[in-house]
Amino acid sequence: MTPFAKTFLVATAVAGIAAPAFAEDISFWGWRVEDVPQYEEFIDTFEAENPDINVNLRMIEAVNYGTILSTALAGEAGPDAMMVRAYGSFESVASGGYLMPLSEENVPALKDFPADALKAETLRADNTVYAIPFASQTMMVLYNKDVFSELGLEPPKTWDDMKAAAEALQEAGLYAFANGTADAWQNEVITFGLGSSTMGKAFYEDVMSGDADFTDPRFVDALARIKDMSQYFPDGFIGLDYASSQQLFATGMAGMFVGGSYEIAAMKGMNPDINIGAIPAPVVNEGDEGLVAVFYDGGYAGNAATEHKDAVLKFLNFLASKEFGQAFANELSNISPIPGVTFDNPDLEAVAELNKTSMPYMMLVNFRFDQPSGSTLVQENVQKMMAGEATPAEVGATVTEGLSKYYEPFQNN
Amino acid sequence: MPTPRGLWITCLILPALAVMLLFVAYPIVSALAYAFYHWNGMARGEFVGFRNFYDVLFTEPYKSTVQNAFINNVIVFVTLMVVQNGAAFILAYALWREFPLARFHRIAVFLPVVLSTVIVGYLWKLFLNPLFGIVNQTLKAVGLAGLAQPWLGQSDTALASLILVNAWHWVGFPTLIFLAAMQRIPSEIYDAVRMETESEWVKIRKIIWPLVAPAATIVFVLQFIGSFNWFELPYVMEGMSGSPYGNTDVLALYFYRLAFGNPGAGSSDFGHGSALAALVFIFITVFATAMTLYLRRREIEL
Repeated sequence: MTPFAKTFLVATAVAGIAAPAFAEDISFWGWRVEDVPQYEEFIDTFEAENPDINVNLRMIEAVNYGTILSTALAGEAGPDAMMVRAYGSFESVASGGYLMPLSEENVPALKDFPADALKAETLRADNTVYAIPFASQTMMVLYNKDVFSELGLEPPKTWDDMKAAAEALQEAGLYAFANGTADAWQNEVITFGLGSSTMGKAFYEDVMSGDADFTDPRFVDALARIKDMSQYFPDGFIGLDYASSQQLFATGMAGMFVGGSYEIAAMKGMNPDINIGAIPAPVVNEGDEGLVAVFYDGGYAGNAATEHKDAVLKFLNFLASKEFGQAFANELSNISPIPGVTFDNPDLEAVAELNKTSMPYMMLVNFRFDQPSGSTLVQENVQKMMAGEATPAEVGATVTEGLSKYYEPFQNN
Repeated sequence: MPTPRGLWITCLILPALAVMLLFVAYPIVSALAYAFYHWNGMARGEFVGFRNFYDVLFTEPYKSTVQNAFINNVIVFVTLMVVQNGAAFILAYALWREFPLARFHRIAVFLPVVLSTVIVGYLWKLFLNPLFGIVNQTLKAVGLAGLAQPWLGQSDTALASLILVNAWHWVGFPTLIFLAAMQRIPSEIYDAVRMETESEWVKIRKIIWPLVAPAATIVFVLQFIGSFNWFELPYVMEGMSGSPYGNTDVLALYFYRLAFGNPGAGSSDFGHGSALAALVFIFITVFATAMTLYLRRREIEL
C-alpha cells in the first residue's frame, strides 16, 4: 500500500467516526401543502433542540402524494421520514416493508396513545405499528349558531327536534340542510354523520364480531330516517355538488350541514364571521347516547432503509411528544390524538368533547382494505336510495353482499 | 456503407426517434408489462400471466363495471354520431347557404372547440347546478319549473347531459369538415339539380349528402376513438366514481380508478388497470382500422 493510500484510508476512517458530530440532513415528506409555514415552525423547534439534525421539508400535492411516495420508496429514493395515510391506504405502503417498525422501545410515547389511533397505523398482517398518528376527524352535524339563536332554536338532540328545527328554518326562508349527494363520498358522510346514534355502538360491535350484518334493523332504520330527513335538503340535492353545499352553509343560506370536523376551518376560510356549532347525530329517544363517527387521518413514519436511523427516531419521538401535539392543535386547528393535549380553540374543544362519545367511522376504519370497499358500497347505494331508486333494506342487503366477498363473518349467513 | 446524405438524414431523424421511443413507446410497453403483474404500486408484484385480462372481462367485481362502462361508451358513440353529426350537417348547410351573419356564426360554432374540456365541464357543471344553475333558473323564469331537474344527479339525465355537453363542445369540428366538403361541390352539378327541382330535401338527398359523405369518414373514425377514450368530461363533471352510482362510468374512467384508487380508499391496482387499458387500446386500434378500411372502400365505390 502506498503511503498516499494509507493516509487516505486513515483519513476516511477518521471522517467516518467523526461524521455524527456534523449536522445530519434528513428529508421529510408530506401532502399538507397548505400547512407548510406551520410545519416549518415545528421543524425549527425540533432543530433548536437538536442542533445536529437538519430536517428538509418537502410537501407534495395531496392527489399525487400516494403515487409519488410509493414510486420513490420502491425506487429506493424515498424520504427518511414521511407522512402516511391511515387504514387501507396506509397498508399499501407499510406492507411493502418500507417503513420502520415502531414500538414502545423506540418511541416510548406510543404506550399512551389511544388504541383506536394506533390501530389506524398498524399493519394487520404483522400487528406492528409503523406510524405515529397525527389527527382524528369527526363526522357530525354542524349548525349555524347565529341563525339558530335568531330563530330561537335549540341545537336538536332527537330526530323529532331536528325535524322541528328543519321546518322552522324552511319557514324562515332558509335551507334547512346544505347537503347535496352528487359527489359520491358525501353519501358516506351523511350516512354516518346523521345515522351513528341510531345505529349505536352495539351495532358496530356486532358487525365486528359477525353477530350482525348491514341488513340489521338498526342500520336499516338509520337509513330510513336519513332518507326521511332528506326532504329538508335543497331542491334537487341529488345533483348538488360538494362545493355548492359548502357555499350554501358558509354563506349562511342554510342552517345545518352534515360534515366532518375539517369543515370548520374550511367554512371559516370562506366566511370568517360564521359561528359554527357542532352536535352529534340525532338520537331516536330522548336520553339515548348521541354519537359522532371518528377516524384517524394519517401518521408520521420512518423509512426502514434510512441511513440516519437515530436522527429519524429522534424526529419521530418529537412528533409523538405532547409539546408537538399541542403546537399541532394550536397552529393547525386539528384534533391531535396525543394524550394530554388541550384545545384552546373553542370549536376544537367542542369537537374534542363530542369525541368522548363516539364510534368508529365504520367503512373507512374497517372496510377499506379490499375491493369492493365498504365505502364504495355505501356511497353508491345510499346515493341510489337518496334518488329514490333503492329502499333502505335493499341498501343494507347490497352492502352486506358486497362485503361478504372478503369479510368472513358475513360469509356464513 | 451509408452515403453521407443517408447519414445526414439519419442524424436528423435520431433525436425525434429517441423522444418518440422514450415518451411514447416506452410508456406503452411498460404499461402493457404491468398488465401481467399483480402490482399495487409498491414492490413489483408476482407475475400472473393473462390472469388480469381474464379477471376484468369475466370475474366480479370487474366484469359488471366493465360491461356497464362499455355500454355507456357505445351509447356515447352512437348518440354522438346521430346528434352531433346531425346538428353539424344542419349547421354546415345553413352556413353554406349564407344565412345572415354567416361569418359570425361560423366563428360562434367553432369557438367551443378551442376551449379546454376542463373549462367546458366546469362551466356546464355550474349551468346545470340544480339550485343556482342557469338552466334550471331559466326554466323556472319561463314558467317551466316542472322541467327543472337535478341534471347531473339522477340516472336518466346524467349521461344524456354529459353527451349533450360533449356534442356542443365539439360540434364545430364536423361542421367545419362538412362545410369544406359542401364548398367543394362543383357549382355546375348543383345548378343542374336546381333547375330540375325546387325541393331542398331532394337537393340534400341526391347531391349534397352523397358528395359530403366521404368526408364524414374521418369524422366517424375520430368520433369512435374519442368516444372510447372519453375521460375528461365525465371526470370533471361527475368525478372519478362516475356518479350517480356508476351511471356515467366509462372505460377510461374505470381503468384510471382501478390504477389510482378510489379517492381515500387508496387501493392501487395497476395490474387490472393496465390490463383493461391494454384491452381498450387493442379494441380501439382494431375497430378504428377496420372502420377506416371499410369506409374507404365504400368511398371508392361511390
